[in-house]
Amino acid sequence: MTTVTAPAGPRPTPAPWRLWLSATVLGPLRQSPGRALVAVMAIALGVALGLAVHLINRVAADEVQLAARSLFGIADLSVQGSGQGLDESLYPTLARLPMVAVASPVVDVRARLPDRGRTLQLLGIDPFRVRELQAPLAPLGATAVRSTGMLAEDSVWLSPAAAEALDLAEGDELRVQVGLETQGLRVAGLLPAGAFRQQIGMLDIAEAQQRFARLGRVDRIDLRLVPGSELAAARGAIAAVLPAGARLLTPGEASDDALRLSRAYRTNLTALALVALFTGAFLVYSTQMLVVARRRREIAFLHAMGLTVREQLAAILLGGAIVGVTGAALGIVLGIVAARAGLAAFGADLGAGYFRGLAPSLAVPPLDCLVFFILGVLASIGGSVAPAREAASVSPAAALRSGNVGSEPISRRLGKIGSEPFSGAVLWAIAGLIVWLEIGPWPLFKQFRGGGVPWPGYLAIACLLIGAVRVAPALARAVLDRLPGGGPAWRQIATAQLRGTARSTAISLAAVLVSFSLMVAMAIMVQSFRDSLDTWLQRVLPADLYLRAGTPGTSAYLDAKTQQRLAGVSGIARIDFVSSTEVSLKHGAPRIVVLARPIDASDPTRSLPLRREARHPLPSGTVPVWVSEAALDLHGLDVDTVFDLPLGERSVRASVRGLWRDYERPGGAVVLARSTYVAATGDERATGAALWLEPGTSADTASAALRRVLPGGGVYEIARPQELRRRSLEVFDRTFAVTYLIEAIAVLIGLVGISAGISTQVLARRGEFGMLRHVGVLRREIARLLAFEGAVQGALGVIGGLALGSLVSLILIHVVNRQSFHWTMDLHVPWGALAGLTALLIGAAAATAAISGRLAMGADVVRAVREDW
Amino acid sequence: MTVEIRNLSRRFGRDAERPVLQDITLQVASGEYVAIMGESGAGKSTLLNLIAGLDRPDSGTVLIDGVDLGTLDDDGRTLLRRRRMGFVFQAFHVLPYLSVARNVALPLALNGISGAAADFRLGELLAAVGLADRADSAPGELSGGEMQRVAIARALAHRPAVLLADEPTGNLDPRIASSVLTLLRDQVKHDGAAGILVTHSATAAATADRVYVLENGRLR
Repeated sequence: MTTVTAPAGPRPTPAPWRLWLSATVLGPLRQSPGRALVAVMAIALGVALGLAVHLINRVAADEVQLAARSLFGIADLSVQGSGQGLDESLYPTLARLPMVAVASPVVDVRARLPDRGRTLQLLGIDPFRVRELQAPLAPLGATAVRSTGMLAEDSVWLSPAAAEALDLAEGDELRVQVGLETQGLRVAGLLPAGAFRQQIGMLDIAEAQQRFARLGRVDRIDLRLVPGSELAAARGAIAAVLPAGARLLTPGEASDDALRLSRAYRTNLTALALVALFTGAFLVYSTQMLVVARRRREIAFLHAMGLTVREQLAAILLGGAIVGVTGAALGIVLGIVAARAGLAAFGADLGAGYFRGLAPSLAVPPLDCLVFFILGVLASIGGSVAPAREAASVSPAAALRSGNVGSEPISRRLGKIGSEPFSGAVLWAIAGLIVWLEIGPWPLFKQFRGGGVPWPGYLAIACLLIGAVRVAPALARAVLDRLPGGGPAWRQIATAQLRGTARSTAISLAAVLVSFSLMVAMAIMVQSFRDSLDTWLQRVLPADLYLRAGTPGTSAYLDAKTQQRLAGVSGIARIDFVSSTEVSLKHGAPRIVVLARPIDASDPTRSLPLRREARHPLPSGTVPVWVSEAALDLHGLDVDTVFDLPLGERSVRASVRGLWRDYERPGGAVVLARSTYVAATGDERATGAALWLEPGTSADTASAALRRVLPGGGVYEIARPQELRRRSLEVFDRTFAVTYLIEAIAVLIGLVGISAGISTQVLARRGEFGMLRHVGVLRREIARLLAFEGAVQGALGVIGGLALGSLVSLILIHVVNRQSFHWTMDLHVPWGALAGLTALLIGAAAATAAISGRLAMGADVVRAVREDW
Repeated sequence: MTVEIRNLSRRFGRDAERPVLQDITLQVASGEYVAIMGESGAGKSTLLNLIAGLDRPDSGTVLIDGVDLGTLDDDGRTLLRRRRMGFVFQAFHVLPYLSVARNVALPLALNGISGAAADFRLGELLAAVGLADRADSAPGELSGGEMQRVAIARALAHRPAVLLADEPTGNLDPRIASSVLTLLRDQVKHDGAAGILVTHSATAAATADRVYVLENGRLR
C-alpha cells in the first residue's frame, strides 16, 4: 500500500475560463500551427482580394461621379445631343423657357493628341454662362475679355491633372488633330485646383466650334431651373421642345451612364474576388474537418469528462472565429496595400480601359473595411459549422475504445432523404433548374439581375459546387471500392488505407474538387472568350489594309476631299469608308453606336458575323439595319423589329434584318448602309476605311501610295488586319490580367489546402509507419505507398474538378457572360493548359504526401507505436 | 448507495441472438472499490459506458447518488459526469497540449473551482501521485506510468462520487501496473469515492474489495 504523502503546498491554477479555452480551442490550434496558419492565410487572401477589388471599384465609381458632378456644377438638367450634337438654335429656345434660370451651351470634344497617342476631353464653354453654374469658374468669366482670358484666340485652359499628365505649363503648346490636320492651342492657364479632378481642357465655345468643325452645333446645354420649379413638370416641358435623338438627363443620370458600361465588368470582378473568399472558407472547412477526424477520441474524452455538445460546438466555432478574426485583420491590411498597388499598376478600371482620364486617389472607408472584416470572420465561422456538427455527432462510447481509429460512416444509400448524396443531388437539380430558366425564352429572374449582375447564374454555380462537396464522399467511396486490390504489399496497404479512411479522403478531395473546378471553369471561359474574339476579328477584318484617322467620337476624321483622294490611289481595288456616331433611341435611354458602312443587303454575311437573320421581308418605308447582341439585350431590338432611328435632327424608320456578334461596343451597335446615313444626316465625314488591294499590289506599296496623298505624319494609322488582331488580343490579355491574377491566387489557396490536408493526414499516421517499419517495410516502400495515396486523392479530385469545372464554365459562358456583357461566345477548351494543370496538381498531391511521409518517418518513429494520441 | 444498477440489459443489433448484458444488478457504496472481470468482448466496457451515461440501456436503470440516468437527456448526463464522475482509461487520454498541472486541473476548471481551493487541491494531488516536480512537463515527456498517474490525479481532482477505471494498466508493464493499481485504490479510499475497476487481469482485480465476473452477459 502506497503511503499518501503530505501535500507539497498550493499550486497556482489558471482561471477556469482560461483553462477551458486552452483545452478546447487554443490548445488544438497550437497543436497544429501550420494548419492554423494555412487557414488564416486562406481567409486573409480572400478578404484582401475582395477588399482590394471593392476599393478600386469604389474609387472608380466615386471619381466618375465626382468628375460628372464637377462638369455639371449646380445644373439641374442637361440636354445632350447624339453624335452630331444639337443645333445651337436650341439654346435660345431653352433659355427662354419660363422655368429655366440659366442655360449654358457646351461643345464636348475628345480631341486626338497626335504626338501623344491619346485623347483629351476639351470643353468649349461660354465663360459668362458657365460661371453661373460652376462657382470655381467665376474668375474665368471675370477675366474672359482680357488678352490672356478665356476669350483669347487659340487658348486652352487645362485642369491641373491634365497639365501634369501631359507635362505642360502655361505658355506651352497643345497639339490637337482635327480631321487629318494638326493644330496648336496655347496653354493660357490652369483651371482652379480642386474644381476638376479629371484630365480636361476648356476653351471658348466659339473657338471650339470653329476649330473642331462644329459651327452651328453644340453637344449639350446645361440648365439651372428657377428655384421652386417642380422637376418632373420641367422635364416634361423641356422634352417637348427637343429634337429627335436628344436626351434630357440629370447630372446623376449622366454619371450613371458613364458607370453603366463598366458596372458589369467591375461587379463580376468583385464576384471573382469573393470566390477567392469562398475558397478560403472552404479551406477552413476542410482543415477543420480533418482536425475533427483526428481528434475524435479526444473529443469523445472531453464529452466523457463533462463537456456538453453545445460546449463542443461553441469551442470549434470559436476556433473558427479566432482564425477568421486573425485572417480577416491581416486581409484588411493586405487588401489596402493591394488596392494601392493595383490602382498604380492597372488604373481605376483595372486594365479594362473604361476610365481613361481619371486621376483617382485611394480612399479607405472604415465601414467598407469593417464589412469585409465581418465577411472574413463569417466565412471562417461558416467553414467551421459542418466540422462543429461533425464533432458533436462523435459517439463517445465507440470512440473511446482502445484501438479504435475512428469509424467514418458514409451513406451508401444515395436516395436516403437527408443523406449527403441526396442533398447534393438536390442542389445539382436546383442548379440545373436555374440554368434552364435563365437560358430559356422565359427570363424568370430578370428582375433579380440588379445592376447587370447575374445573381441567378452565380447561385447556380454555388449550388453546383456545394452539391459536389456533399456528393464527394459517396463518389469517393464508390471509386475507392473499385480500386484493384492486388499488386505489391505497399499498394495493397495504400488501397486499404484509402478505403478505410474514405471520409478523410473525401474531405481532402473535396478541397481539390472545388479549387480545381474553379480553375478549370475560368480557364475554359477565358480561352473560349479569347478564341471567339480572335475568330470574330478575322470575320470583321476581311480587308487587306485599314486606315484610321482616329477612334469614333474623337476630333479626327476623313473629310470628303480626303476620301476622294484615297479612292483614286492606284493599287486599291475597293475602299469602304466607315462612319460612327452615338445616338439615343429614347429620351433618357443609354446611347447606342451607329455604324455606317457599305453593306450588301442581299448578302450581309459577307460583311457581318450574323447569328440570326430576319424571317420576314423588308417592310416598305423602312431602311434595313443590323443590330448587335447587346442592342437586343439592352434595347429590345430583335430581328424583324421596326423602330425609329434618330439620325441628325430627324428619325428614319428602321427594320432589323439580322443580329450580329460584336465584342467592341458593349452598349450595343446598329449597322446601316453608309449611303442611307449620309442621305439622312448630310455628314460625309468618315472615321476610317477598309481597303482591298488589286492582285499583285503589296500592302507596303499600297501604304506608301496612301501616305503620298495624305497630309501630315502620325495623324492617321495604316495597319494590316494581322496587326489590329494582335493589338486587340493584347488589350484582351491586359484586361484579363487581373482576372488571371485572382485565378492564380485561388489556385494557390487550393494547392496549399491540398498540401495541408494531405500532410495532416500523413503526420497523424506516425504510429502506423512505426508499426510498418517494425514489420520490415522499407522506407522507400512507405514513400511509394504515400505517393500512391496522394496521387489517387489528387486524381479523384482532378477528374471530378474537370467535370465540375466544365459545367461551371458552361454557366459562365452562356449565362453569366451573356447577361453581364451581352455577347455570346463559342466554347473552346484549352486542352494543353488543362492537361498541364492536371499533371501539376496530381504531382503536387503525390509529392506532398511523399515529403510529409519522410518528415513523419523521423528518427523516433518507433516511439510513435506507443498507444497514445 | 452511490452507484445502483438494477436489471440492466443491453443488446447490439436487432438480430443479436443474445444480449451483451443481461439483467445486471450491482450496488457500490462510497468508499467501496469493486472490480469487474471478464474476457475480452464480455461486455465490461459496455457496462462501464452504461454506468457513465455514455450509452443507453435497452432496459433497467442506473442510479448515481439516487439520480436515475434514464431521466436525463444528454446534457443532463454530461453535467452529471462533470460533477460526480472521474474516468481512468487504458489509453490515458492525457491532452497533449496541456502541461501535467493543467491536465490535472481541467476538472476543477470545468466545475468552476478556482482560487485557493483549486490551488491546494492541485498541489495535493500532484504530490499524492508523485509528480509534483513534473507539474510543468508536457505529456510527451512522460512515461506510460507517469501519464496514467496524471490520469488518476485528473480523475479525482473534483472529488467525484464515482471513479470508473477501464483497463487502467492495459498498456503498462507489470511493475508499473502494480504501483498504479495501488495508487488508484489508495486514492479512491482516501477520497471516499465509489470505485469500479474493469479488467481482464486477475492480478488487477485482486486489489479490489469485491470482484465480480461478467460471463455470458451476466454478472456473478
